[in-house]
Amino acid sequence: MATYLHQARRAGLSRLDTKGSPYLYILPFFLLFGAFGLFPLLYTAYVSFNDWDLLDSGSHRWVGLANYREMLQDAYFWNALGNTLSIWVLSTVPQLLAALWIAHLLNHRLRARTTLRMGVLLPNVTSIVAVTIVFTQLFGRDFGMVNWALGLVGIGPIDWQANTWSSHLAISFIVAWRWTGYNALIYLASMQAIPHHLYEAADLDGASQAQQFRRITVPMLRPTIIFTTVISTIGGLQIMAEPLLFASSQTPTGGSDRQFQTVALFMYEQGFREFRFGYASAVAWTLCLVIAIFAIINFLLTRRIAKDED
Amino acid sequence: MHPNRLLRLAAATLAAGVLLTACGTGTEGGSGGGNEKITLNVNLFGNFGYQDLYAEYQKSHPNITIQERTAAYNDHHRDLITHLATGSGAGDIEGVDTGFIAQMRERGNLFVDLGKDRQSEYLDWKWAASLAKDGKQVGYGTDVGGLAICYRRDLFEKAGMPFDRDQVSAAWGSGWDQYIEFGKRYAAKAPAGSAFFDGGGQLFNAIIGQAPVGYYNEDNAIVVGTSPDVRKAWDLTVKAIQSNLSAKLIGSSQEWNNGFAKDQFATIACPAWMMTKIKDQAKHAAGKWDVASVPGGGGNWGGSYLTVPKQGKHIEEAKKLAAWLTAPEQQAKVFTARGNLPSIPALYDKPDIAQYKDAFFNNAPVGQLFTTAAKQLKPQHQGPRAGDVQTTIRDALVRIEQGKQSSDESWKQMVSDVERLAK
Repeated sequence: MATYLHQARRAGLSRLDTKGSPYLYILPFFLLFGAFGLFPLLYTAYVSFNDWDLLDSGSHRWVGLANYREMLQDAYFWNALGNTLSIWVLSTVPQLLAALWIAHLLNHRLRARTTLRMGVLLPNVTSIVAVTIVFTQLFGRDFGMVNWALGLVGIGPIDWQANTWSSHLAISFIVAWRWTGYNALIYLASMQAIPHHLYEAADLDGASQAQQFRRITVPMLRPTIIFTTVISTIGGLQIMAEPLLFASSQTPTGGSDRQFQTVALFMYEQGFREFRFGYASAVAWTLCLVIAIFAIINFLLTRRIAKDED
Repeated sequence: MHPNRLLRLAAATLAAGVLLTACGTGTEGGSGGGNEKITLNVNLFGNFGYQDLYAEYQKSHPNITIQERTAAYNDHHRDLITHLATGSGAGDIEGVDTGFIAQMRERGNLFVDLGKDRQSEYLDWKWAASLAKDGKQVGYGTDVGGLAICYRRDLFEKAGMPFDRDQVSAAWGSGWDQYIEFGKRYAAKAPAGSAFFDGGGQLFNAIIGQAPVGYYNEDNAIVVGTSPDVRKAWDLTVKAIQSNLSAKLIGSSQEWNNGFAKDQFATIACPAWMMTKIKDQAKHAAGKWDVASVPGGGGNWGGSYLTVPKQGKHIEEAKKLAAWLTAPEQQAKVFTARGNLPSIPALYDKPDIAQYKDAFFNNAPVGQLFTTAAKQLKPQHQGPRAGDVQTTIRDALVRIEQGKQSSDESWKQMVSDVERLAK
């Protein structure tokens, strides 16, 4: 009797072990995600339905959709959204194309290949603050190196911060400089998984480098291209540090006329300068939604484009 | 969930704060004892000129280590407010500028009450400006601004202008219109790359600093859109900008710092604390700078306070240090070493202050200049968002400097932006 019970208990324990332990193993992720991902997400949603002044000992009042309504009528929100999209397009498109090309070059037999491959990642491991400060100096109005170089070819000094187009261009350049190498390495890794005999066969058929790139490399990289596009979209739409540090005014308004204020920066301004936490949370949720929409559109488009190449 | 990173951070800070407070209560009893090793964090902006004083204080208080952290003006105040809001992260002592003191005063409950003991030492208005409604004193005054014009005598000389300080003071003594006229004559013959003044935002601050009412009336209502004094200061600044006298630099920015080194401007509106900044940035031009009186008489721009946030771990020690740093002897030392004008009027008649001459500024009698200005000073009421109103107006002037908008367009946008701040 006792042995029977003992055996039953052991069987029960082992069943618990096989059924239960996998959950235990993945538990840490879900705990962390719950604490630092899900909870803030839901809490932000709750805050966004309130008129919430954090400074006034966190006083708040339920206002329903008022924050969202106000945001949709706020010209500065739309301005920030427009700036964000413009900077995103200007930085992401050339960046991914360049990364693809760099990866293609690195995939060939080169001298000092490993050094070069490590080299392209260098801009990415440098601190974002340092990078932005250096570039802000390079794009300086009076003594910047970019203006000096442009002066050599007879183009007058440009006040990079003053205009919408020039500030967007400068900021996109900073973003692209930081992330091109990173994406190139991702492309390179997946390029190396492409069977070499495909290229050999193409060589025998007399296909040129460019043809091989277009007909073999790009289609084979399809999942990777989708991945990098989606990731760059998420990163690009929440850009904040670069425009914040690019402004010499030290304020989150993004230039004298908000010419380079992004949505994330607008959210920061509302939350941490105006202390309107409800309003800032509404902006945060809207930004989240915008990113989701763009990620889906991106996914569909890139899938279609890569398919056509097949 | 990515856009919520900030809020997530805030939540994490909040959580950390709760933990820290929980730990803090345990050790609080011990902090009264005199021998425990303690580090006091002093968070400031710009240069308060305290380095030598820290060394002196640490010598007499061997158990105390003082750690100063400085940040840019706007960053510093933004950080402080955020730390107050989230309940943790503030230093044991926090510097606060005139532009932000009213905002802190409104949150008096978050600061340690410094008591009334030292009221009689201070300039009345300086004491009153950091006094909360319930009579709590949230900050010890460090310095007051006062106003003068610092100028480059060598550049004036090169442009064939009078460069002796009495002549210069006399040339624009009657008002800002004369200052602009002087500037036009300077600009006509100035060395290449040298403008007359540094930037519209700073000039505006000096002019509005002379008005009896600034951005707020006594009832804390914003009057920027309706006050004739604000419009007058605006029009004068715009006139100076449109006469091509501005180097178009934003105060305290990296470009502005470069401007000193590259001789980009010949004059700068100069409250006493500005002398410290000039000394820090224009080392190559020592002796070439001089100080003249400000057009149109006295006025004030800036001046700071030391506050002790309640969330600090060593409140008693912090209070003592803040009181010591702002005590008359120390304010006097800071003035003669760095130039920050004391907010304790008894010092103004002391010979070593009243007769103090600064070699960097060609031995200008800065002691006499600034104490006279401080005595004549009629203080302006500062409202809760004064610092942010000031930045908003500066951005509006920058739009004109950048050629993006006309004066009227920029004014209209500025007034509506300021109203947004008041929401």
